[in-house]
Amino acid sequence: MPEITANDDGDDPASGGDPSDPTDGSAGSPGGGSGPPEDGSGGDPSIDGIQIDMISAERIEGMRTMEKIRLILDGVHDGNIVILEQGLDPEEESKLIEVTMSEINPDGFTGIEIESYPGEGGNDSGLLGRLMGRDDPNKLTVIGPANRIETLHKDEKLISTLITRT
Amino acid sequence: MNAVCYYAQSDSDFESKSGPWEDDMGLLTSLKASISRATSSLFAGSEPKRIGIYGPPNAGKTTLANRIARDWTGDAVGPESHVPHETRRARRKENVEIKRNGKSVTIDVVDTPGVTTKVDYNEFLEHDIEKEDAVRRSREATEGVAEAMHWLREDVDGVIYVLDAAEDPFTQVNTMLIGIIESQNLPVLIFANKIDLEEANIQRVANAFPQHETVPLSALEGDNMDEVYDKIAEYFG
Repeated sequence: MPEITANDDGDDPASGGDPSDPTDGSAGSPGGGSGPPEDGSGGDPSIDGIQIDMISAERIEGMRTMEKIRLILDGVHDGNIVILEQGLDPEEESKLIEVTMSEINPDGFTGIEIESYPGEGGNDSGLLGRLMGRDDPNKLTVIGPANRIETLHKDEKLISTLITRT
Repeated sequence: MNAVCYYAQSDSDFESKSGPWEDDMGLLTSLKASISRATSSLFAGSEPKRIGIYGPPNAGKTTLANRIARDWTGDAVGPESHVPHETRRARRKENVEIKRNGKSVTIDVVDTPGVTTKVDYNEFLEHDIEKEDAVRRSREATEGVAEAMHWLREDVDGVIYVLDAAEDPFTQVNTMLIGIIESQNLPVLIFANKIDLEEANIQRVANAFPQHETVPLSALEGDNMDEVYDKIAEYFG
């Protein structure tokens, strides 16, 4: 069962403890909503925490490429961790890299860290992969500010990240 | 296909506006246009293919581009460095003619900046570069990565994806880039570079992308370049 762990106190989440307790307040939006606010303003600034926006497949289903990219990057610019239930397709990923590069500035935004589950046996999107139904690019994807998120471990069933407050 | 569409459109336009004599002239004009299109299409097919050299920063892309260019033209493509993002603009070496097994393949080699999702000027400070220069380099690097992505979507006919065989190939950038290349239906060769290093693990690279052929090499030392050129001719010829 794939799981995501987030730990902001510096402990290695892969080394023990309950990595993904859904009741843990640190893994929810401080605003208590089901996604980022419509105005993209982020959570309550008086609360010291890390906002995680878990965006459902349904939420981005009808969006255009740039709408998806803005939804992601606006959240990341606010220092949030964005988790997409349904990842981006290759064209969208290409645009995401391009737009991210255009928004990097010294002493400010340094880019994004992005992780999604690899295909079985590597990127298996060849003919055989497609025949076997393994070409689905829509895998759960974690995106965060490059200066606040670091991947500790990643395999086909687990993405373990360390998220820092600053 | 284009020629057929053009012909049909011309006929239709003509019938609504012209008489019988003009009809013949219109057919002739359309025929000439069709032949012209077919001819230019034939020539377009013989133009050198643009082969983009892609990969993460510091994989040895420019060293490989220089090796290929020097071996077949005598010139280099650009400066090599251990500092990341030394290549911050795509550079092209045109009309590189590679001769293999009695046949000749002509390609344009496009050396691209290393693709990443983050650029921090502090990385450059670690290489004894002054802050002002580091900021400039980081700005140019971001523009270079965006340019490389644009080239990939619009302007290359094939891709050589270069990986440092001593580094972990299972990174998100590598997975995304290979996915993007595949989505463009571009022919791609994976080059496991730096096999001269003790830590190099060719099998790990091959396992990361089993759907593509992996060719081991050392662009720096010139190891296994015969197989490199055989594969370039086979894939992009």
